[in-house]
Amino acid sequence: MGFKESCFKKSLWVYHLSAGSCNNCDIEILDCLTPRYDIERFGMKLVGSVRHADVLLVTGIVTKKTKPRVIEVYEQAPKPIVVIAIGACPCTGGIFASGYNFAGPLDKVIPVDLYIPGCPPKPEAMLAGIMKLLNK
Amino acid sequence: MGKKTIIPIGPYHPLLEEPEFFKLYCDGETVVDMVWETGYNHRGIEKICESKTFEQVFYVVERICGICSTSHPFAYANAVESIPGIEIPLRAKYIRTLIGELERIHSHLLWVGLAGHFLGYNTVFMWAWKYREPVLDMFEMITGNRNSYAMFTIGGVRRDIDSERAGKLFKVLDEAEKKINLLIGAVMDDPVIHARLKGVGTLTAKDIHDFGAVGPTARASGVDIDVRRDDPYAAYDLVNWKVITAQAGDVFAKAEVRLLEMLESIKIIRQCLDFLQKNPEGEIKAKVREIPAGIGIGHAEAPRGEVFHFVKSDGGNSPIRHKIRAPSYTCIPTFRRSCIGGTISDAAIATAAVDPCYCCTERMSQAYDFRTGKKLYNAADLIRLSQQKTEEIKKQLHKR
Repeated sequence: MGFKESCFKKSLWVYHLSAGSCNNCDIEILDCLTPRYDIERFGMKLVGSVRHADVLLVTGIVTKKTKPRVIEVYEQAPKPIVVIAIGACPCTGGIFASGYNFAGPLDKVIPVDLYIPGCPPKPEAMLAGIMKLLNK
Repeated sequence: MGKKTIIPIGPYHPLLEEPEFFKLYCDGETVVDMVWETGYNHRGIEKICESKTFEQVFYVVERICGICSTSHPFAYANAVESIPGIEIPLRAKYIRTLIGELERIHSHLLWVGLAGHFLGYNTVFMWAWKYREPVLDMFEMITGNRNSYAMFTIGGVRRDIDSERAGKLFKVLDEAEKKINLLIGAVMDDPVIHARLKGVGTLTAKDIHDFGAVGPTARASGVDIDVRRDDPYAAYDLVNWKVITAQAGDVFAKAEVRLLEMLESIKIIRQCLDFLQKNPEGEIKAKVREIPAGIGIGHAEAPRGEVFHFVKSDGGNSPIRHKIRAPSYTCIPTFRRSCIGGTISDAAIATAAVDPCYCCTERMSQAYDFRTGKKLYNAADLIRLSQQKTEEIKKQLHKR
């Protein structure tokens, strides 16, 4: 277990950043909180500020307008922080990769620890991804 | 008037799902002015659509907004099919209607939950989202996906619903209906919700006409418009249902309209399933050889109001112009009537009341000369003009 992972043995606090998404992944993240999936039983919860967070979830393509803001949010975050790209958009650009307002995939903007592909990924996929990262 | 205080909200704020920016100008507790800024979500979808074939565009417009992911393909299908004048098979019409109405239930439940969350009433949030899961299960049974259904294609739909599956869907629907009825009863009788929502963010019928607001926002103020009845598409003129309206115009009326609309949607879905079960045979897709040159317009009633698509074809295999207008585009400016004059604590629910969807709204604007039709400015030019003005002001300030 690396240093970064050993920092996250206990309950994870999650901050959700929508860079330029279509709402699908955002809804599925909120769905994780609601009674069927209920990630609060693992101690995970959404927090209002990135300064309190252990995990930064990024959804949607990074547009030219949001790029400086994404970098700023990442710089404000306490380190070490786990950055998770949720959905096809932050991973590769997905269907919007040919658009003129696309500012590159997320890993060209900030370092990314985990990619969860899918459009949108199911809540189960998100949970499985986080568990894989923590048990690495 | 005393000193004004500016409260910035966003672009990344715990209250907001999507990136957008509000500036509330406050005098004490009262909001006296507000400004909003969007554009964070602009992805250039209209331009991307022009580089795809007619069939591929469905999957792009589906991703304009994850919540309205049937309404946009619906309006686009109506637009493209109007160019050659294709009549789609009856079975496809019913399946389209079914998907559209399921989406309405899921979207309205989502709104009720978020509204509860904005009021600090998280019980409603958890309830509504729990009861939304059976609806997503139905989507998964029909299309294989929870969101972004990929059901539509030119001339029909891509997947059929056989009578065995229709029987299963009936069972899930019955269960969902019981829970939705429970939720409606709980929300409509709750004294806290009455106290928080009545008389807040009121929009009169005149406000609706001034801003051109559509959908449940308009219907809650007594403006009786609904594309499904006014210009029927798919199977809406073949099923029995009614348009829900309310007169008060406040946030409670909007909640009431949305809650009761869910029951109408269940009624429509039941009729569609009934048809599909009784007539198990039939085509689901008309054969389309090519899209001739021409202009097509199509609209559909999304959960938030009228979605409008304009498609221009030159006879090739992809559109040469695609224009989209989403309902939030006209609903969002009503914030200036509903928020100003209220207190800061009511601003959140007054803005949430129109169910704003910023990823739908973020289209680009351009200025045209109306006599010659010549393009004057695009977004980059407008930004450049604005920067020049700042420079000039700076120079003048230095001179002093």
